[in-house]
Amino acid sequence: MRITCPYCGERDIREFTYRGHALAIARPAPDAGEAAWDDYLHLRDNPAGATQDLWHHGPCGAWVIVDRDTVTHEVAGSKAVAEVKR
Amino acid sequence: MRYSGFQIFKQGLTGNSGWKPVWRDPTPKPEYDIIIIGGGGHGLATAHYLAKEHGLTNVAVLEKGYLGGGNVGRNTTIVRANYALPGNSEFYSHSLKLWEGLEGDLNYNVMHSQRGVINLFHSDGQRDYAARRGNAMINQGDDAILLDREGVRKHLPYLDFDNARFPIYGGLFHPRGGSARHDAVAWGLARAADSRGVDLIQNCEVTGIDIEGGRVTGVQTTRGAIRAKKVGIVVAGRSGQVAAMAGMRLPIESHILQAFVTEGLKPVIDHVVTFGMGHFYISQSDKGGLVFGGDLDFYASYAARGNLPMAEHVMEAAMALMPMIGKAQLLRSWGGIMDMTPDGSPIIDRTPIEGLYIDCGWCYGGFKAVPGSGFAFAHLIAQDRPHESATKYRLDRFRTGVGLMDEEGTGSQHNLH
Repeated sequence: MRITCPYCGERDIREFTYRGHALAIARPAPDAGEAAWDDYLHLRDNPAGATQDLWHHGPCGAWVIVDRDTVTHEVAGSKAVAEVKR
Repeated sequence: MRYSGFQIFKQGLTGNSGWKPVWRDPTPKPEYDIIIIGGGGHGLATAHYLAKEHGLTNVAVLEKGYLGGGNVGRNTTIVRANYALPGNSEFYSHSLKLWEGLEGDLNYNVMHSQRGVINLFHSDGQRDYAARRGNAMINQGDDAILLDREGVRKHLPYLDFDNARFPIYGGLFHPRGGSARHDAVAWGLARAADSRGVDLIQNCEVTGIDIEGGRVTGVQTTRGAIRAKKVGIVVAGRSGQVAAMAGMRLPIESHILQAFVTEGLKPVIDHVVTFGMGHFYISQSDKGGLVFGGDLDFYASYAARGNLPMAEHVMEAAMALMPMIGKAQLLRSWGGIMDMTPDGSPIIDRTPIEGLYIDCGWCYGGFKAVPGSGFAFAHLIAQDRPHESATKYRLDRFRTGVGLMDEEGTGSQHNLH
């Protein structure tokens, strides 16, 4: 599995750290309530197939959203969190 | 047929013509009292204990593939009870006791071998933790012996004791730990459940869970609709998909855990040995293959195979610990799909839907839990209250924050275990 960093290009997976499903960028408001926080912290769709992950690229420090297939390990694309969440 | 030495002798003299298939291949009935979704180790154990302990035999096990074709056939076969936290301690202790009586219980040779597990440590801090964990095991009524360096050398003279980076300080010895023949466990449990009247239905994938007024009424399958008063989901590896059929989201992310086996060698490793400074654990199967595994690949996956960085880490750890196996040739590798929970401990509980129960989240420790999980899940389904060995495996512990069992002490959050 190789992942394309939006800034550095295609790189070895060892340069990246997995940080879970990409829902991590949609952090609820502090007062959103117990259900919203439980959902955010613990509950997962956990799809078998297409998914979006959040990865951290160690060498350049970018947070990257990766479109990936959990069954085939195919990486379809990636974009910087900074581009999505301004 | 009851298996015995006499039967082997008799069949040997009569051309082995008397051996028959050991379970039926029934057509699903329109209705059962209880449906168990998942014909793996835990599902078959649940069916066995429902029949044996609770007299409930109007039960079907629905398996989308073949019996024992999932994680019970894709693990490193280690059986142990060396946990430290309340909740896990009593559960795995109970499970190990069930293992010790399993062959007599099933009249089946599951090749359970209590060859001893030795967890090595390589620093003073690790020694302190090993001592603490050993004390927790002894307090639970199980066995643990803290070995110093010379004590380890008596058992495992072949290790690289003076490794420059990771010298061996000692080990925590758990003599009752060991391994078992993984497929035989599934087959023995299937045979026992079938012989008591449980229907084991293979090639029958559940495609929907029927719920009326907040109560489960049955399931839709590729072999038609089947009604049931109670339904148990025990499909670790695919828990999220099956739970979604009942409108549930679970605190689970699926990860891949790789394992490896070498060509068959003469007996060389007598115990189950774990390295303390990298992810590597090893035992030798009765066929002679060295069976060893590592850590998760650490990304969500259902691929049942991993990537090379973790394979490389495992091989490096192997060479750091026991250079003697460096010339063994790797025969194959595989990946098991792990239901990872945020705290690294499992779930055996009711669901918000009446009559629907779930047993999932076994992380990378499901094999040793097979009899304990089946026993506790059967008790929960039959009596609607948790068995005393599994009261803490609650589904809501993440939401409430009460009773988290973070055995590794890394935090109760996804991707830390």
